[in-house]
Amino acid sequence: MNNNRWRTVDVVVAAVLGVAFGVIFWAWGLLWDGPASAIPLPGRALIYGIWLVPAVLGPLVIRKPGAGIFTEFVAATVSTFFGSPWGLVTLLYGLFQGAAGEFAFAATGYRSWRLPTAIVGGALAGGAATLLDVINYYPDTSAAWKWAYAALLVLSSAIVAGVGGWALTRALAQTGVLDRFAAGRDRALV
Amino acid sequence: MRSTLAVLGRRNPVAKVAAALVFTVALVTTLDPVPPAVAIAIELAIVPLFGVRYRTLARRAWPLLISAAGVALTMVLFAAERTGETVLQAGPIEVTTSVLSGALGLALRVIAIALPGVLVFASTDPTDLADALVQNVRAPYRFAIGALAAFRLVPLLSQEWQLLRLARRARGIDAGRDPVAAARLFASTAFGLLVGAIRRGTRLAVAMDARGFDRGGPRSQARTQRFRLPDAALVAGAVVLAVAVLLLA
Amino acid sequence: MIRAKGFGWRHAGRKAWAIRGLDLRVERGERVLLLGPSGAGKSTLLAALAGLLAADSGEAEGTVEVDGRVGIVFQDPETQLVMARAGDDVAFGLENHDVPAAEIWPRVDEALARVGFPYGRGRSTAALSGGEQQRLALAGALALRPDVLLLDEPTANLDPAGADLIRGALREAIDPGTTAVLVEHRVAEALPLVDRVVVLEPGGGVRADGPPDEVFATHGDRLAAEGVWVPGDPVRPRHACAPPGEGLLAAERATIRDRLAAVDLLVRAGEALAVLGPNGTGKSTLALLLGGLLKPDGGRIAATTALAGADATTPPHRWRAPALARRIGSVFQDPEHQFVTSTVYDELALGPRRTGLPEDAVKSIVDGLLARLRLDRLAGANPFTLSGGEARRLSVATALTVAPALLVLDEPTFGQDRRTWIEMVELLAGLRDEGRGIVTVTHDADFVAALADRTVRL
Repeated sequence: MNNNRWRTVDVVVAAVLGVAFGVIFWAWGLLWDGPASAIPLPGRALIYGIWLVPAVLGPLVIRKPGAGIFTEFVAATVSTFFGSPWGLVTLLYGLFQGAAGEFAFAATGYRSWRLPTAIVGGALAGGAATLLDVINYYPDTSAAWKWAYAALLVLSSAIVAGVGGWALTRALAQTGVLDRFAAGRDRALV
Repeated sequence: MRSTLAVLGRRNPVAKVAAALVFTVALVTTLDPVPPAVAIAIELAIVPLFGVRYRTLARRAWPLLISAAGVALTMVLFAAERTGETVLQAGPIEVTTSVLSGALGLALRVIAIALPGVLVFASTDPTDLADALVQNVRAPYRFAIGALAAFRLVPLLSQEWQLLRLARRARGIDAGRDPVAAARLFASTAFGLLVGAIRRGTRLAVAMDARGFDRGGPRSQARTQRFRLPDAALVAGAVVLAVAVLLLA
Repeated sequence: MIRAKGFGWRHAGRKAWAIRGLDLRVERGERVLLLGPSGAGKSTLLAALAGLLAADSGEAEGTVEVDGRVGIVFQDPETQLVMARAGDDVAFGLENHDVPAAEIWPRVDEALARVGFPYGRGRSTAALSGGEQQRLALAGALALRPDVLLLDEPTANLDPAGADLIRGALREAIDPGTTAVLVEHRVAEALPLVDRVVVLEPGGGVRADGPPDEVFATHGDRLAAEGVWVPGDPVRPRHACAPPGEGLLAAERATIRDRLAAVDLLVRAGEALAVLGPNGTGKSTLALLLGGLLKPDGGRIAATTALAGADATTPPHRWRAPALARRIGSVFQDPEHQFVTSTVYDELALGPRRTGLPEDAVKSIVDGLLARLRLDRLAGANPFTLSGGEARRLSVATALTVAPALLVLDEPTFGQDRRTWIEMVELLAGLRDEGRGIVTVTHDADFVAALADRTVRL
């Protein structure tokens, strides 16, 4: 089934996933908010992966070209409206991160939706985020700091966004909500 | 926009976003502390022209200040070069004048970059923005309207988040101070939210198709967004200002 | 106008056919009420008539033809509205059909007036009540001037006031020449709108077809047994035989700013207390307060020593969650909000396991509840795949696993068919007779009449 045209349900559910993650990011921010969290030490890179889940989850669920970009971008848009302190920069992050995650799936010709592709997508998205963060916020730190940050971020994204995104897709499929999608077809007939 | 002063607020949404983007990108390219300082002064001065009150701006922008402080602190702790006079020595960390100026520059930069976006979104209606994207920039309407429709669910999903949290407490699940338990509870709540969101999204898609969303073919516009001379002037003005600010570096 | 010949549909992901061998003819201008037990395929048939069954979402048989344009209104108002402003939402359908811009707004205004929408075009859709949202959805469908109007349980998610609004709007707004097919579980209230009743057979075709009186005379009993709300079929009340026990929980001038005005009430063991009131009076907020989930802005919620022992001096919202669950069980309006595991068995085992019981003790508790609530067959199923009634039963069961003395339920009969409704009454009556305190927050007057020993109005 190689139909690359987006159905309405593909567009709306991708958008809704982005919106839901926008809300999840807001809640995540509430959880970690406090003066301590404003110190972006390299260690915080470990939990960074959550911001990149939409870039991987979108393609895994929707399985259409552009899903990574669209979903991550919508999530960034919601973050911006929630009053993300980064303003329009959030949107640029969303675009880049989404495109990077997308690239992994594009590289397989949009034929592989399996775990390895998801991990690569997560890692690439993390790489994009690292690049943007270093240019934007940490240009004058030492090279050692930059590499440590990059390593942690990419690792976090590969695990949280890549493996996590893949596991999340499977769990969602089990609930039956993905029945309109190819990702949901693997579950047992009821 | 009720205020007659809100000349900029009334402009085409895409023009506003483009102007803000120009400013943002320009400021990203420099590390000198002077351009962002000037930029912030300009941005704060034109706030009333967007029809936004300073109080509203403060409310929306205060997390920005915390983050800027965090970025500055990171710089102080991990700077690569430490030249100039030593101002403070705290253990292994040597705070010199160059480090301070760099940190200040960064903090100002973060604020200057983010403010235009805050202004634009405080003064722009999402439906108007979607219309402008479709009509003026030729964005594909299915994605723009699909995203707009999903956007409507934001307040609903926020309320649902709270309910899901309470539901878990009612089931006897809480995390106390244990961070691992807190993370698991968060994941469980997020999962519940996603299931509900996808269900709603699927139903919404059916309702949209029922009203002809997937009909294909031409589509009329109930609301018109025009891109006119004042809008182009806004973007041009932003370019000029951005270049001027950069030249101050 | 509508012709179905041997029509059948099987949803992808299901083994059984939802509809099979359906033959139906509906002429122009007829008003049809579509009935059948849960799962009989009513929504599927409407979706087929509206052309919404995508080829990749299942398997079809036979043919179904509709002459003319179809409009459809669904049961959930929130997921039908697309735009942030009321007028824009009605215009949405017109835009999709490429209606010239100059015609759009006059038609929007006309549609809003026809359904009696009380606000202007600029009204925010988020600021509308459920009944107003449904009227807006109806306006959106009518603006396209459909020849056939389909209504899939349009009042199911509304309180009685909202439901009346919609029925009124339907009476006034539909042209005589428009064909209408209505699925509605409050059958008695829907009858004035229709002149013909069609009963569907689960997994089959049409079981009965004709004027309401005839159909109910012949098939009424069987339909009632299957869970359809056949008109004129009263439910046996189940009030308490014994006097109420001691007090468990009291609300003293408890209030939440903007959401709930000050409330005084006392909940006692062995008594079913119903809190009634229209939407917007804060019933759900009160349920959350009583459940120890919200902190009151004013007044207080106080537990007695009978309920909380030494913890009675602390307000319930400060109790740790495990202690709270053991004393007060809360059942939410949407059962899915409370599902946290991936199988029905694990959902029920969660509470007992967290109290540290050995696995065989857990198993006996779970098996007992599975049997009592007729969920044994579903023990391995994912909770989110359950039907409405099954999910409702599961959510009540999960509250019972740690045997709380007090149960707070928010709209337990919301959208239920007759069979599940009666089961809920019987179940709660049984729990009350065992000596538990029951508080239900509801707008279902029949439920209150059947079960409640005492009523409080907000």
